Amino acid sequence: MEDDAPVIYGLEFQARALTPQTAETDAIRFLVGTQSLKYDNQIHIIDFDDENNIINKNVLLHQAGEIWHMSASPADKGVLATCYNKTSDSRVQACAAVWRMPKELESGSHESPDDPASTAQTLELLCHLDNSAQGNVACVVWEPMGDGKKVISLADSHILLWDLQPSSSQAVLASSAALEGRGQLKFTAGRWSPHHNCTQVATASDTTLRGWDTRSMSQIYCIENAHGQLVRDLDFNPNKQYYLASCGDDCKVKFWDTRNVTEPVKTLEEHSHWVWSVRYNHSHDQLVLTGSSDSRVILSNMVSISSEPFGHLVDEDDVSDPEEHHAEKSKEPLQDNVIATYEEHEDSVYAVDWASADPWLFASLSYDGRLVINRVPRALKYHILL
Amino acid sequence: MAAAAAVGPGLGSGPGDSPEGPEADAPERRRKAHGMLKLYYGLSEGEAAGHPAGPDPLDPTDLNGAHFDPEVYLDKLRRECPLAQLMDSETDMVRQIRALDSDMQTLVYENYNKFISATDTIRKMKNDFRKMEDEMDRLATNMAVITNFSARISATLQDRHERITKLAGVHALLRKLQFLFELPSRLTKCVELGAYGQAVRYQGRARAVLQQYQHLPSFRAIQDDCQVITARLAQQLRQRFREGCSGAPEQAECVELLLALGEPAEELCEEFLAHARGRLEEELSSLEAELGPSPPAPDVLEFTDRGGNGFVGGLCQVAAAYQELFAAQGPAGAEKLAAFAQELGGRYFALVERRLAQEQGGSDNSLLVRALDRFHRRLRAPGALLAAAGLSESATEIVEQVARERLSHHLQGLKAAFLSSLTDVRQALAAPRLAGKEGPSLAELLANVASSILSHIKASLASVHLFTAKEVSFSNKPYFRGEFCSQGVREGLIVGFIRSMCQTAQSFCDSPGEKGGATPPALLLLLSRLCLDYETATISYILTLTDEQFLVQDQSPVTPVSTLCAEARETARRLLTHYVKVQGLVISQMLRKSVETRDWLSTLEPRNVRAVMKRVVEDTTAIDVQVGLLYEEGVRKAQSSDSSKRTFSVYSSSRQQGRYAPSYTPSAPMDTNLLSNIQKLFSERIDVFSPVEFNKVSVLTGIIKISLKTLLECVRLRTFGRFGLQQVQVDCHFLQLYLWRFVADEELVHLLLDEVVASAALRCPDPVPMEPSVVEVICERG
Repeated sequence: MEDDAPVIYGLEFQARALTPQTAETDAIRFLVGTQSLKYDNQIHIIDFDDENNIINKNVLLHQAGEIWHMSASPADKGVLATCYNKTSDSRVQACAAVWRMPKELESGSHESPDDPASTAQTLELLCHLDNSAQGNVACVVWEPMGDGKKVISLADSHILLWDLQPSSSQAVLASSAALEGRGQLKFTAGRWSPHHNCTQVATASDTTLRGWDTRSMSQIYCIENAHGQLVRDLDFNPNKQYYLASCGDDCKVKFWDTRNVTEPVKTLEEHSHWVWSVRYNHSHDQLVLTGSSDSRVILSNMVSISSEPFGHLVDEDDVSDPEEHHAEKSKEPLQDNVIATYEEHEDSVYAVDWASADPWLFASLSYDGRLVINRVPRALKYHILL
Repeated sequence: MAAAAAVGPGLGSGPGDSPEGPEADAPERRRKAHGMLKLYYGLSEGEAAGHPAGPDPLDPTDLNGAHFDPEVYLDKLRRECPLAQLMDSETDMVRQIRALDSDMQTLVYENYNKFISATDTIRKMKNDFRKMEDEMDRLATNMAVITNFSARISATLQDRHERITKLAGVHALLRKLQFLFELPSRLTKCVELGAYGQAVRYQGRARAVLQQYQHLPSFRAIQDDCQVITARLAQQLRQRFREGCSGAPEQAECVELLLALGEPAEELCEEFLAHARGRLEEELSSLEAELGPSPPAPDVLEFTDRGGNGFVGGLCQVAAAYQELFAAQGPAGAEKLAAFAQELGGRYFALVERRLAQEQGGSDNSLLVRALDRFHRRLRAPGALLAAAGLSESATEIVEQVARERLSHHLQGLKAAFLSSLTDVRQALAAPRLAGKEGPSLAELLANVASSILSHIKASLASVHLFTAKEVSFSNKPYFRGEFCSQGVREGLIVGFIRSMCQTAQSFCDSPGEKGGATPPALLLLLSRLCLDYETATISYILTLTDEQFLVQDQSPVTPVSTLCAEARETARRLLTHYVKVQGLVISQMLRKSVETRDWLSTLEPRNVRAVMKRVVEDTTAIDVQVGLLYEEGVRKAQSSDSSKRTFSVYSSSRQQGRYAPSYTPSAPMDTNLLSNIQKLFSERIDVFSPVEFNKVSVLTGIIKISLKTLLECVRLRTFGRFGLQQVQVDCHFLQLYLWRFVADEELVHLLLDEVVASAALRCPDPVPMEPSVVEVICERG
């Protein structure tokens, strides 16, 4: 089984922000936000045609500023939130806003025009997540299972929960909480847990991981010194409710059970520099993707702490032959291992993510504007499926 | 002829011839007789003696031959010889015949005289015998008379003799009876006097008789008396037996007497053992008292001595006496004794073990070994006596156990010594440096640690070596010859220690804090060097030393030197890598703070190199010095002579111009990254946290890589104003000026710093780089 070659797409500008179009379930579509101080920033809508291995792109202008973080609404394909820097003469202000893309681009059916500049369309601003009082916004996360009405933004040391009005035209601050502690604490990353009826959010600040209850906006757990140095990113296991993964400047990826905050369940140390991004596969949580400033993307198979430690268990009904089923059950737990190391990037990889429509496909974005789309090796795919 | 004649008289006196027989025989006759004799004795012999190589005896012409025929001879002579010769032979013959005649006459005369005297003698003898015959007859008649008389006397005495015999029997019986009657009083007397042996002998003599005649009332009475007395005697004996004061030999005597009194042996066995137990238990409890909770405890040697003399000696005596006394008991008795010995021995061993356990903490191995030696030696005697009780085996086991514990104690000691030397190093490192008073350098500290560990190892080896000394009684046990040396000392102690040393050292690498503050970096460096030294020399030295001291005869597999060396090397490598990480982190934190906390947009035009960069260079230099104390320089790539002179001029004039050309056209953007991408294509990927080699340059390269990469990443997260960019330019040039000399490949520094400046330029909305000459001036000034 020969694996398809990775597909590479180059952006003109530096880029850090990458998100799959979460609400899209049919097409493989990623959004990439650029960082340029001198020119208008863009959001590239990357459509990937899996069968023909072809990329189609559409470019939207994002004139508000360079994009540091981006997330797509889980409910509405056309809605996304960005965190951007507004640069004035002597001040840099990080803001966040919710945007709507032009209707025709939502489903990406358009052929890419030859001259992108001439047809570049602009995003429609829905609302600002106005936070001038709270400081610089580091990231915005949507309620994962909701109707796209709830958003959390992390601004310096504050965690803010917003209610979006119908049609998202206005954001109302529902509640907020602030980090308390010595020194200037800043949030670096946050994720909304898909479990517990979407009432939990986890954040990273400095070396600490914290869990929050969105109903009371109070802290529910705290993992001090989760990493030796700054924590860069975290992600929830989509299938196991207490498990989350974190990564940071100590080159490690750690897996936690939030019920026991003293010890990580597992630690990976495969990267040779800071790990900037970690993502669980949405369906097969043994697949963990990490991107690092050593320019590598690593796909790991964390079977032992996944929801399927014995491989794929087939339901009783699906199996006609009971003996086969039995044989399936008695399988030894599989070994954790690194599936592949992808070295297509030549600069630091700041973002990796899985496609929302295809669980076997993922994209990684490096600072030099290179987007690489890769697939899980076929052998492994069939091993997991069969 | 003459020879034959000379023999003649001897033959003539042979018994076959009568004295009267000899006459003047004709020579023929004599010859005939001679010939017959010769025939009788074997012709050849005679021939050989008389006529060697003589002519044919059957020749009729031979004068001396047996078959001589005168006629033939004469004929022959007449025919063959001339006249003169005939005349000659005739005269010759006549002369010979005459000589023979005269010889014969002499012989006849001599023999005749002899025959005459012999005849006289015989006649006289005949007369004498006749007289003797008469006397013999008389003797015979006299003897007959005597016989007759004797028979008559015996017949008369017969009756009296019988009576005397009877009387003698009665006398003996009476004496026995008297003894019996006197027996009670005698016994009483004996008992009173304490002559128990005598009493028992009397009793023994009388018992059978009394037993036999007990149906007679008088004897019955005696027997009863005797029994009473005997019972008393037995009681007294038992009394004496029970009295603790009497020593074992007297007791043995008592038991012997009691046995002779017919006391049941089994009961005596029990009692004997019970009594012995009492005594031995006293010994044990006195030993236990010495152990006691608040001991002014005697040293272990004294303890085992006392145990050996008191308990083991006692046990030996008991066993010997028992076996002597109750040998008749057979295997059941032996079993009893074995069980007894086993039980008491077990208690003794428990005590000894307790005492030895107290000794575990002690440091004096020689005393312990001597004590064990005594202990073991003492137990060999009862061991031989009581093979079944297994005392000797238990003793050996205890000794082995102690040896094992000793080994683990030494291992603990070594580990503790290692840790304490590490603590010393920590303190030395942490001690505030007083002005003018230099603390010990790292190299000195390393030497101190290494030598202290080595001396500890040697001391431990010497100390456990005592266990295998020749003069120690247990050193030839298989355990001490084989397993102790190979598994115990070599594997358990030495290899175990080296392993634990590596582990301890490695544990510094993953200290839970991970902040790097827990372990001073210098300690990591020192440990790494220590492990490396172990890898190169010390391990093989120590193991060789061990193998020499403990001639390992065991065939069980041992850890090869190479494995240990590999482990040590791995440890050294990890420590050094960790050192690089920690030091890199320290510098990175400095750089990161400096980038994160500054407002780069509204900064002023740079006039100076920022203090933090100077600090970075200072720290790097300090690290360089520190590492240089312990590690060799290492290899660099060939340097260009003008390294320090290199500025960003090239970069500024060509590349930067190309990159940041202000004219923006939508089709142009592909060019912006082109140069940097092409450059990356030709440079190797930099592994930032990569393992380091064991030399200074590699270590410094690692640290600088980590620091500069951090700087790069931090710069990318910020937005710079024009002067901010220029400040970065100045800082980078400054770093460039000072850092190249530390690294293996200066290109690496250039590359990373270029990247930093390029990133800063990208992050600047208004990138106007500073003139290289100005940058240089500022750097040189600062």
